[in-house]
Amino acid sequence: MNNFAYTQAASTKEAATAAQADKQAAFISGGTSLIDLMKSNIEQHTLLIDLNKLSLLGIENSAAGLRIGALERMSDVGEHPQVVQNYPVVSQALLASASPQLRNMASMGGNLLQRTRCGYFRDTAFPCNKRVPGSGCPAQTGDNRTLAILGGSPSCIATHASDLAVSLVALEAKLTIESPKGQPRTVPLADFYKLPGSTPHIENHLAPGEVITAITIPAAAHARRSHYLKVRDRASYAYALVSAAVGLDVQGGTIRSARVALGGVGTVPWRVPAVEQALVGKSATEDTFRAAAALAVRDASPREHNKFKLELAQRTIVRALLEVAA
Amino acid sequence: MSSEPQFFDQPGGVVGKPLVRVEGREKVTGKAKYSAEFPLPGLTYGVLATSTIAKGKIQNIDTTAAAREPGVIAVLTHQNLPKLAKTPNDAAGKKDIGAPMGFLPMTSDEIFYSAQPVAMVVADTLDHAIHAATLVKVTYQAEKPIASFHDSRAELFNPAKVQDGKEDGHKRRGDAKSAFASAPIQLTATYTHPVYNHNPMEPGSTTAHWEAPDRLTVYESTQGVTRTQSSLVAMLGMPREQVRVITKYIGGGFGCKGSTWPHTILTIQAAKAVGRPVKLMLTRKQMFTSMGHREDQSQTVQLGATADGKLTALIHTKVSTTSPWDNYAESNSKIIDLLYATPTFEASYEMARANVMTSTFMRAPGEAPGSFALECSMDDLAARLGVDPIEIRLRNYADHDYSTGQPWSSKSLKQCYARGAELFGWSKRNPKAGATRDGRYLVGMGMASASYPVHNSQGSARARLYADGHAVVQSGATDLGTGTYTVMTQVAADSLGLPMDKVRFELGDTNLPTAPNSGGSVAAGTVSSSVYLAVQDVWQKLIKVAVADKKSPLYKAKPEDVTAEKGRLFLKKDASKGEAFGDLMKRAELTDVEGMAQGKYGPGYESGHSASPAGPGNNTESASAHSMHSFGAHFCEVRVDMDLGTVRVSKWVSVIGAGRILNSQTARSQIIGGAIFGIGSVLMEATERDANYSRYTNADLANYHVPVNADIPDMTVEFVEENDPYINAMGVKGIGEISMVGVAAAVANAVFHATGKRLRDLPLTPDKVMMAGLAS
Ligand SMILES: Cc1cc2nc3c(=O)[nH]c(=O)nc-3n(C[C@H](O)[C@H](O)[C@H](O)COP(=O)(O)OP(=O)(O)OC[C@H]3O[C@@H](n4cnc5c(N)ncnc54)[C@H](O)[C@@H]3O)c2cc1C
Ligand code: SF4
Repeated sequence: MNNFAYTQAASTKEAATAAQADKQAAFISGGTSLIDLMKSNIEQHTLLIDLNKLSLLGIENSAAGLRIGALERMSDVGEHPQVVQNYPVVSQALLASASPQLRNMASMGGNLLQRTRCGYFRDTAFPCNKRVPGSGCPAQTGDNRTLAILGGSPSCIATHASDLAVSLVALEAKLTIESPKGQPRTVPLADFYKLPGSTPHIENHLAPGEVITAITIPAAAHARRSHYLKVRDRASYAYALVSAAVGLDVQGGTIRSARVALGGVGTVPWRVPAVEQALVGKSATEDTFRAAAALAVRDASPREHNKFKLELAQRTIVRALLEVAA
Repeated sequence: MSSEPQFFDQPGGVVGKPLVRVEGREKVTGKAKYSAEFPLPGLTYGVLATSTIAKGKIQNIDTTAAAREPGVIAVLTHQNLPKLAKTPNDAAGKKDIGAPMGFLPMTSDEIFYSAQPVAMVVADTLDHAIHAATLVKVTYQAEKPIASFHDSRAELFNPAKVQDGKEDGHKRRGDAKSAFASAPIQLTATYTHPVYNHNPMEPGSTTAHWEAPDRLTVYESTQGVTRTQSSLVAMLGMPREQVRVITKYIGGGFGCKGSTWPHTILTIQAAKAVGRPVKLMLTRKQMFTSMGHREDQSQTVQLGATADGKLTALIHTKVSTTSPWDNYAESNSKIIDLLYATPTFEASYEMARANVMTSTFMRAPGEAPGSFALECSMDDLAARLGVDPIEIRLRNYADHDYSTGQPWSSKSLKQCYARGAELFGWSKRNPKAGATRDGRYLVGMGMASASYPVHNSQGSARARLYADGHAVVQSGATDLGTGTYTVMTQVAADSLGLPMDKVRFELGDTNLPTAPNSGGSVAAGTVSSSVYLAVQDVWQKLIKVAVADKKSPLYKAKPEDVTAEKGRLFLKKDASKGEAFGDLMKRAELTDVEGMAQGKYGPGYESGHSASPAGPGNNTESASAHSMHSFGAHFCEVRVDMDLGTVRVSKWVSVIGAGRILNSQTARSQIIGGAIFGIGSVLMEATERDANYSRYTNADLANYHVPVNADIPDMTVEFVEENDPYINAMGVKGIGEISMVGVAAAVANAVFHATGKRLRDLPLTPDKVMMAGLAS
């Protein structure tokens, strides 16, 4: 860890301006991700701009949807009655993440910007294109059991680690982002993340100085009937091997709308529109789910140790759908 | 043989009672000082910089940037570290030092394994040292490393000895090959597991303080202060009296703190170089490469049996990875040789050198993986014949130790099976595998036997009884966090006839009477026996005073006719004739009386033979009339979600026969801890080593998974009452390791019973379980 300066921002604009002025600066919210990365010398920042004094709070439910301030803590959102009731997939994704201690510290905005758990990325002794562009990707022929089968490239197959993001992508959530220049913009979360391609070190479309201020989720019948299923190496406190965020609107046994996204298999949170389309208009049966789930991994390109995800991803989708259809 | 200390079991005694830890309050209030918590004047902080390659040479180390940082006192490398009298780099040095590793980093420019220490920064604060360590710039001449025995370039060889020279690399009893070839039932199976790391909660740490050029005090996180002292004395070329090692509390060890590893001596050398005390605590990441690991291995069991399931042959071969210098492999075959009535047996070891650190003993070394292989194969045999798993074990029950021909000193395995089955509800088990469902879950029940040797070992203790009715009892033992402080206080209290709060037990200091390492499950037995015998020495001294004292009711009695119990000396034949020790001591104007004794395992333990200080080389097992082992049985129920591949342990029962249980609460905690350790090893633990770089890719506790609360059900533990008159004065066998032996097999057998699939490649993570279902 290197020496760094620390400042507390009094307003979003102040934070954004300070960050824009110093290329090596970083925002800090809960710090549960950032400090780890700094301690392991994966990121070196000269200045930390603390966002915690900003009023980016609030969990507001309306007919149009849910608005969550970026500084809300994962535990507060996960346990919020409106979230539990109207957006169960979001609540479940949050409460299946990390540990209670971490969730009490970690912010919603920070969660979406956490970085991959790829073991090569996390150890500076290894080459890694994401950490040091052009240095190589040992994961391609190395330990890739937990890495991505979808959205990868010869440069990088790192899995996106956030559970929350998977649930939000499924529900077509949007981010509100403020820049130093003023006018906030909104971006669908699905468009926010970038595939690695040949530039795996660029992970999203956040410009220098931009602050995530809020997350909005449109209200929908499929959001109320939604579920997050996470398969992992131990019962709790582990990242997903595979996860599925699903939502269904079933009327009279027929599926009116469906949302399906996968975690643990993609380099970004992976929504599968083909699966959704294959569900709509069909009866909510296991056969339907199976046939649809098969479409989820059509474009997958697994490596040596993560082939199992082809099958596990489909099964996780089916199980999650059975759960909401029940 | 001495008479059994019966009075422990009398009303009012505390031995065996479920008492809470005497040091519990100190621990939870933060007063207990662990080895990295001794504030010394002028203390400095050491941080290691480690190699990024696994094989090659250091071309250049540039320490200028690091040395320029504020607060940095020294940057030490192989070029400027003070030289040692002896290093383990040659065979003789290794033997004298008792080093686990035949190589000490920072003694040359050679790199043998990844994350090998290449420099130590010493600074005025920890932060300064951490940062400066990142500025040490090393350039290497790298070569392609060999990562394991799987590597196509690895060369396999048959070592003459394994487990640090303690066990033969090849063993034969009868003609197992022919017996196997002609057996009506032949089963052959291969079992594999990856590297496991001990990962105690408290990482290794050393605080080295040269109080004078000829006086060194080391606060060390070690399982044995005397053993550490012996290694240091050899390396430093100093007399034993000049090196003091102190360990008051340890946050777990599991074997990795049983030997002296490089960071300890490097810190001591650094302290010498800077002329100030230096403290070094390994990081969690460094814990994966600094204090050994359980080696990655593959075992093949060939089991021959008659048509009714009686074993005729067992053949065991093991292939494993070892370091560039040492032939270390856990001796898995010992338990396979003796657990059942096997008329013929053969075991051989193969290993390959790779660019890895030396592996070392980890909780139940040999017995844990060996029992996994054997007990799964026994389960296969039961399934093959359609016989209940307990029944197949009873058919092969060993009424003596087949590996040596000796009778058992005691064995309660049959009682463990019976009681375990009853507590668990084994009779409800469906004889058919893969046939029990509960909703989405396949439910399975499995069991396995456990056994662990009672290692010969000796230790000593001192007891000082004061006339005012309090006592101080001492032994240079260590408390791994398992309850040594507590159980020794209990033993001393009952032996002295004093209440617990009038007895202080002190440990963890080489200035105290020597005790063995707390390892191999020996601490409870040797130290409790030493304490008991030291108190007997006190009584003998007081009896001599009494029989010579005209005012004593015991005046002129023969000393051998007098005994002591509950703090009173009296005639064996007439208990009414006697007096309390306090009365006697006051009259005789004795403020205190001190007793000393050696407690040891095995024949002649009662004689109190003196022992040379415990240390490498003098804890060799002596031939004894009896084979001494503890035994037990574990029972497990699992729920398997075959679609998703998840396995959850839903019920657990362990029944253990391990001699006298000194404290039923701390003992239960140990068994639970060991069972959870085993559940981790079978379901989730794995240190992943990259095959190209020979470097670990999950060296942290986020990705090296150990069980969390949600993985563990309520657990039932019982002990079978057992009086073993042969093992030691207290009849204690020790339970630190048997708790984990057989656990992996019990779980794997339950998974087999649930799913009908036999999985032999650990850990049983969801990918493997799900894919096994797919293969049907
Ligand atoms: C052991 C462990 C296990 C974990 N397990 C899981 C898991 O199972 N599932 C899961 O989803 N996550 C898991 N996590 C990750 C955890 O959820 C994240 O660390 C956490 O959500 C990050 O939030 P934070 O507020 O602490 O972020 P910080 O560490 O403060 O920041 C993270 C990043 O986001 C930036 N940032 C923060 N807030 C903003 C903002 N408002 N606008 C712009 N940039 C911002 C920071 O500059 C930094 O780059 C785990 C973490 C650990 C350490
Ligand atoms: S997968 Fe990505 S993060 Fe992992 S080593 Fe390759 S480039 Fe680095």
